[in-house]
Amino acid sequence: MTVKLGVPSKGRLMEKTFDWFGARGVTLTRTGSEREYAGAVDGVDGVDLVLLSAGEIPRELAAGRIHLGVTGNDLIQEKLVQWDQKVEPLAPLGFGHANLIVAVPNCWVDVDTLDDLDGAAAAFRARHGFRMRIATKYHRLVRDYLRRGGVADYQLVDSQGATEGTVKNLTAEAIADITSTGETLRANHLKILNEPPILESQATLFRSRRAEVTDQERVNLRALIERLGL
Amino acid sequence: MKSRVRIEAESICDGFVAEGAARFETDILLQAEVLLDLYGEDIRARAYVTTDPERGEMMLRPDFTVPVVQYHMAGDGLPASYTYFGEVFRKQEDHPDRRSEYMQVGYEEFGGANAAAADADVFGQFSDVLAPLGLRAATGDIGILIAMVRGLATTEDRRAALMRHIWRPARFTALVKRFAGLAPVPPSRAALLASEAPLQDAGVMIGLRSEREIETRIDALRADGAEPAMSAEMVDLITAVLSVSETCPNALEHLRDIAVDMPGLLPALDRFEARCEAMARRGVDVENLPFEASYGRTSMEYYDGFVFGFYSEARPDLPPVATGGRYDALTRRLGQGREIPAVGGVIRPDLVLDLGGLP
Repeated sequence: MTVKLGVPSKGRLMEKTFDWFGARGVTLTRTGSEREYAGAVDGVDGVDLVLLSAGEIPRELAAGRIHLGVTGNDLIQEKLVQWDQKVEPLAPLGFGHANLIVAVPNCWVDVDTLDDLDGAAAAFRARHGFRMRIATKYHRLVRDYLRRGGVADYQLVDSQGATEGTVKNLTAEAIADITSTGETLRANHLKILNEPPILESQATLFRSRRAEVTDQERVNLRALIERLGL
Repeated sequence: MKSRVRIEAESICDGFVAEGAARFETDILLQAEVLLDLYGEDIRARAYVTTDPERGEMMLRPDFTVPVVQYHMAGDGLPASYTYFGEVFRKQEDHPDRRSEYMQVGYEEFGGANAAAADADVFGQFSDVLAPLGLRAATGDIGILIAMVRGLATTEDRRAALMRHIWRPARFTALVKRFAGLAPVPPSRAALLASEAPLQDAGVMIGLRSEREIETRIDALRADGAEPAMSAEMVDLITAVLSVSETCPNALEHLRDIAVDMPGLLPALDRFEARCEAMARRGVDVENLPFEASYGRTSMEYYDGFVFGFYSEARPDLPPVATGGRYDALTRRLGQGREIPAVGGVIRPDLVLDLGGLP
């Protein structure tokens, strides 16, 4: 059997991943037609390329269906309970940088810290009769962060996209999302709380701790990792 | 194993029935809304939430407390006691080795006009049932902490902020430090308070939280900024109350000493004393019963009076075998204006069996 390497199937994340491996003498290519998700690995033996959505790579690693995978550590930590027992980060790849942050409307001049957010949430609930809504798709990470920060009287509402627009659309009062440059936040009249981010993320190569490895696969895996200089 | 747990549960439940409790049954699938509103977002991390296309968000029963309170309050309101057993469901993200589906046996007393006697009776029954296991009991009293906050010589806003966070010890301590001027004011707060027209550069107003609400909070922050700092003596007294941890009689004496400078504690201490006396009459070894003022602060937000738990000293890895307490405030929240004194607790029959079972 072969070592399975999971890589994001499209976009900049895929291209940058190909570049990163290419610079280390391992050539990843997509094969077949433009729309077919098939790929090849040259430069090492016994490694198969598996093209997947970046969001599915954590699950595949945890299930042991792929041996190695490239994805953001934001997705790993959000999707996997006790992630460090399921996967091992081998190398940060130096791209796909983004922070998971809490942002509130710019006009909330009275809110700059988690302490402020908690105070505003208490007043909001008293005034409106429901808990302040924070839109996000990172439920576990955000809930954990707000609990540690001592914030009460909020609720998370699910937002799988265009999260920055939820405040203006009155479906949330604040958001928690990934940002790299902050441009989308500014364009939507939002500001980042003046606190350490919930998480600093970048594209990372992970090894599954759960995948079964035959002797031959172990040799191939070692060869690949050596080739990558890790 | 499951059938043995059920038999153990049934037998404990029968014991409560023999003491006069009525059997209570309820659904496993509960309407999530009331539980979410009550416990907040944190319950999502602990309970299984699912959706029904017609009925909206539903929750697998995380405990029986809310259904039994709702049941009692919908009835004739006469004093009553209930017992039940059944599965509850909790996610165990932090402890994947712990069970996420397990049985609880509960006993709850409603409407007892004599709170001390009701507290003593519930604790006494749990203590009797669990006696063969040789567990360590822990007790506390959230009512004392509430009385402490209510009696603080400070502004209503500060008391309200502390009251909200009694159940979040780290945040509570941070607030005390800030009110005492022991924590640095964040630069953004200082700038806000120094600004003559803070909303001038606010830009576009978006969202449901209105300009008026922002102004109101700024006014409150300004008023708070003008308040004198809480005295160092006050901070020491709060710390002293929170660190009380000794046998019940010694704890009571210690707290009475503190109450000389914190007279707001006195009514709650009288209730504590009455409970100790009622427990002694019930045959509880109060002289050696531990009391921790901070007990129950982290896990049990709806308790607002007496709290207790039973732990295995031989198996510190296990969660508590039984927990309980007084939750008058919960009946107030669910009762739409009505309030009924309520105290009760739950036993985990699976853990009872893990520890060798009851004879």
